[in-house]
Amino acid sequence: MDTILSLAAANLISPIILFFALGFAAALMRSELSVPEAIAKGMSLYLLLAIGFKGGVSLSEHGLDARLFFALIAGVLLSFALPFVAFALLRRLTGLSVVDAAATAAHYGSVSIVTFVAASTVLSSAGIAAEGYMVAVAAAMEAPAILSALWLMARSGGGAAGASALGPGLIREILLNGSIVLLIGAFAIGAITGPQGMAQIDAFIVAPFQGVLCLFLLDMGLVAGRGLREARGLLRPGLLAFGVLMPLIGAVFGLVTGLVLGLSTGGVALMMTLSASASYIAVPAAMRVALPEARPAIYLTLALGITFPFNLTLGIPIYMAVAQVLTGG
Amino acid sequence: MQTHTAKRVEITIEAVMQRRLTEALESAEVSGYTIHPVLGGSGRSGHWSREGQVSRASGMVTVVCIIRPERLDPLLDAAFSILDRHIGVVNVTDCVVMRAERF
Repeated sequence: MDTILSLAAANLISPIILFFALGFAAALMRSELSVPEAIAKGMSLYLLLAIGFKGGVSLSEHGLDARLFFALIAGVLLSFALPFVAFALLRRLTGLSVVDAAATAAHYGSVSIVTFVAASTVLSSAGIAAEGYMVAVAAAMEAPAILSALWLMARSGGGAAGASALGPGLIREILLNGSIVLLIGAFAIGAITGPQGMAQIDAFIVAPFQGVLCLFLLDMGLVAGRGLREARGLLRPGLLAFGVLMPLIGAVFGLVTGLVLGLSTGGVALMMTLSASASYIAVPAAMRVALPEARPAIYLTLALGITFPFNLTLGIPIYMAVAQVLTGG
Repeated sequence: MQTHTAKRVEITIEAVMQRRLTEALESAEVSGYTIHPVLGGSGRSGHWSREGQVSRASGMVTVVCIIRPERLDPLLDAAFSILDRHIGVVNVTDCVVMRAERF
């Protein structure tokens, strides 16, 4: 335990986590600090491109192995399964309605790509290697949770309208949302062009990466802090407990999956991070279409205001430390 | 100058529903509309601002259509088929246009 805590404490002191904390604190203190919307959007495109491309290059260097396919399947299954755990926990800990609980559960089965990017960066800074194909696993885990949430609603007798909203249009929007297209596209380009491709653009995607991530996470800290400040009246103890407990439970699922798959230390840490994270981009949009009766103030505040900061500041260091101890990495 | 009466329909809706709404309008043969981004506002759910939103899920847009009065009911039927379960504001006002053949 002492080893885990000391490793976690060491991982906590990194510029990206501290910049996030700065933004979060600034928002809570009502500072006027802000990042223009277009710049934040541009930075998010840059980060997705860079992380996808690097993952693809790593895959081309190490080659395909069967674990890639098993990891993809495991990721999809985790994304399907975690909403059921989240739903049961929400119903036990909070007084949320079925529709609010189902919509919130969907967020916790899906993933936060920004959390994944941050974890990849912290791992890389610590010199811990991870499988490049974890980028593809992250993309595969985005959507299945949405189907689980709609099934949970249908089972509870309130999902007819939600299920009917799940037409070809919504499925296309979910599967082809901009983040997924860019992440998978850049991954494919990285895999095709390999180290030669990397040599051509590394000045753009390697050296500036951490600096851009710091600025992006400063903005995310501001967004998360502002959201938390505005919705603090909604956050009763049960919801707060869920926002911290669920990522830890998800991480345990990810840990077992990573160990069973035989992933590297970094791979296990990333699988834990993915399972622990909650979506706040793709799933909220799908829920607004399919389950508009669910309250976004609850699921966005939980995912973005509680779980995202928790994962970034405490979760990632803990997941890394546990993965290091249990894999001997 | 000759002017003609028309109806101005303004629909403020979640950004994620924008495409569905405009498709419904087009299927009701309303091919002319203008879309404005919404910077922020306040309603039953409290204050809202575009600043700091990370997702289109929490954004809003306003779709404005100017139509001949007799086409109002088909437009509203089409709009409500989409808006029924969603938050949003629909308002209709009288207006005048100069070139009636365009509406």
